[in-house]
Amino acid sequence: MTGILAAVGARLAKTVAVILLIATVNFMLVHAAPGDPALVIAGQSGATDQKFLDTLRAEYGLDRPVAVQLGTYLGKVVRFDLGFSYRQQRPVLDLILERLPATLLLTLTAFSLALLGGTMLGLVAGTRAGRWSDTAVTIVSLVLYATPIFWLGLILVLIFSVRLGWLPAFGYETVGGGMTGFARVLDILRHLVLPAATLGFFYLAVYARLMRASIIEVSHQDYVKTARAKGLTETQVIRRHMLRNALLPVITIAGVQAGTLVGGSIVVETVFAWPGLGRLIFEAVIQRDYPVLLGIFLVLSILVIAFNILTDILYRIVDPRIGAVR
Amino acid sequence: MRDALRAFLRHPSGLIGLVILLAVVAVAILAPLLFPDSPWDMAGAPFRPPLTPDLPLGSDTLGRNIAAGIAHGARVSLTIGIASTLAALGIGVTIGILAGYFGGRVDDALMRFTELFQTIPSFVLAVVLVAILTPSIATIIGTIAIVSWPPLARLTRAEFMSLKTREFVEAARCQGESALAIVGRHILPNALSPIIVTGSLTVASAILLESALSFLGLGDPNLMSWGFMVGAARTVIRQAWWMSVFPGLAILLTVLAINLLGEGLNDALNPRIARKRG
Repeated sequence: MTGILAAVGARLAKTVAVILLIATVNFMLVHAAPGDPALVIAGQSGATDQKFLDTLRAEYGLDRPVAVQLGTYLGKVVRFDLGFSYRQQRPVLDLILERLPATLLLTLTAFSLALLGGTMLGLVAGTRAGRWSDTAVTIVSLVLYATPIFWLGLILVLIFSVRLGWLPAFGYETVGGGMTGFARVLDILRHLVLPAATLGFFYLAVYARLMRASIIEVSHQDYVKTARAKGLTETQVIRRHMLRNALLPVITIAGVQAGTLVGGSIVVETVFAWPGLGRLIFEAVIQRDYPVLLGIFLVLSILVIAFNILTDILYRIVDPRIGAVR
Repeated sequence: MRDALRAFLRHPSGLIGLVILLAVVAVAILAPLLFPDSPWDMAGAPFRPPLTPDLPLGSDTLGRNIAAGIAHGARVSLTIGIASTLAALGIGVTIGILAGYFGGRVDDALMRFTELFQTIPSFVLAVVLVAILTPSIATIIGTIAIVSWPPLARLTRAEFMSLKTREFVEAARCQGESALAIVGRHILPNALSPIIVTGSLTVASAILLESALSFLGLGDPNLMSWGFMVGAARTVIRQAWWMSVFPGLAILLTVLAINLLGEGLNDALNPRIARKRG
């Protein structure tokens, strides 16, 4: 029990340290920008008056040594103060919290879709290595792996919204639909299909390729030979002995790739006008709203850490070794 | 070397990749001859569908020739892909050598640093960096390098860790060769083939990254790039599919070709790993 508590404690301490380091990177970015950091914080609106800039300099201690400035900034981050968007006249944290649920829904759906679909395809290909179903999966995943994600989104819109008219092309729910309860949930799900598929397909390709290689690797192991030798059917061998072991490297890579998945949501949300953080970052880029940009960067980094913890937990659930809890 | 060539030729996919890539390179080199006018100039009426005379792939919302845009875009994609990969190799291989060769505390510190970079969502960092530094070909190349080096550093480190204890390295050390000579003349040449393979795959991901940046409007405003073309055409996709479909296909084909080539190189240069993969 104490062992588990210690492990959780160590993990938490490490997470906090990483978040503070990322906040430091954030701080460095503000200072890497050409020109006056006060102008950067103000969002480089040309007409900013001198008095306002002086207030900002005092608030962030911009006339003090850099180390003190960093301390001031980290102190703000610890108190969940991500600054103020002078473009939108609202605190950055409010803007982010408003958009976070949509991004969570999109990334989690895409992640589950990719992991489930990818491992299933990889399993099919790996256990039938060299046959036509293997070749088909290999070719499809090679092509998906090379497809720009924003373009895939547009192609899916062309096919499923423009040509077939099956699914809505953009948005989170039908505007002015006035739907409530279950009907509203269904409406949101219908809007979710295309963006989640777009974001998920690339990773589906990655996981399918990995799972295929992993299954082939595992099938040469001695314990699998033993299982076959003692007369288990092929299905039993796969289900009891191969599946869990083959999944481990896939889950590890899924954790490593969580960062790019979260990043991909920016592009997908832009294509589908999905009202999440990616959309917000796109607007902030156009308006050069740096406090919002940096705030989202920090929050998305934390989201990646959360995905890493999630995959760690998955790893431990799947790991067949006895007492695998490290 | 002949073995490597034979291994490369054994799998047709690597060869297919090479052929497609050479075609893209040829288009990039010949772009100013094929389409001497600026790809930004009007070449005909707007919204012309493909197979219109003089406009084989149609025209865009401002009457610009899409074929010309794709040909000139090939230069941008290849230049940025290769330049940013070379820069990423510079950072990654240097860090990998330092960590792998010296080990101990140097290794610990550098690897924590690398892990931090792998935790940060790289595309988000790229968007923020380019937005803050203002988009230009130099800032885009630098940014892609900054987010692409960690895998190269880890790979180089792993190679150096395993090679530095080998007998030929011990022998060089006994002969009193300097650390620089051991690293440069004995270890690095032996670590080169996996680095080349991973480097070639990095070019592909750099091209994808650049296209996503310019799709979001964070490309160099003076350069016609594939991502920009798709981004500019996405609002009219219902009326004019060709404006976004063809530039996207160009990205897909180029990235696919480089990936295929990279895998072919892997089979040829790392035969042990290739065989293990089954």
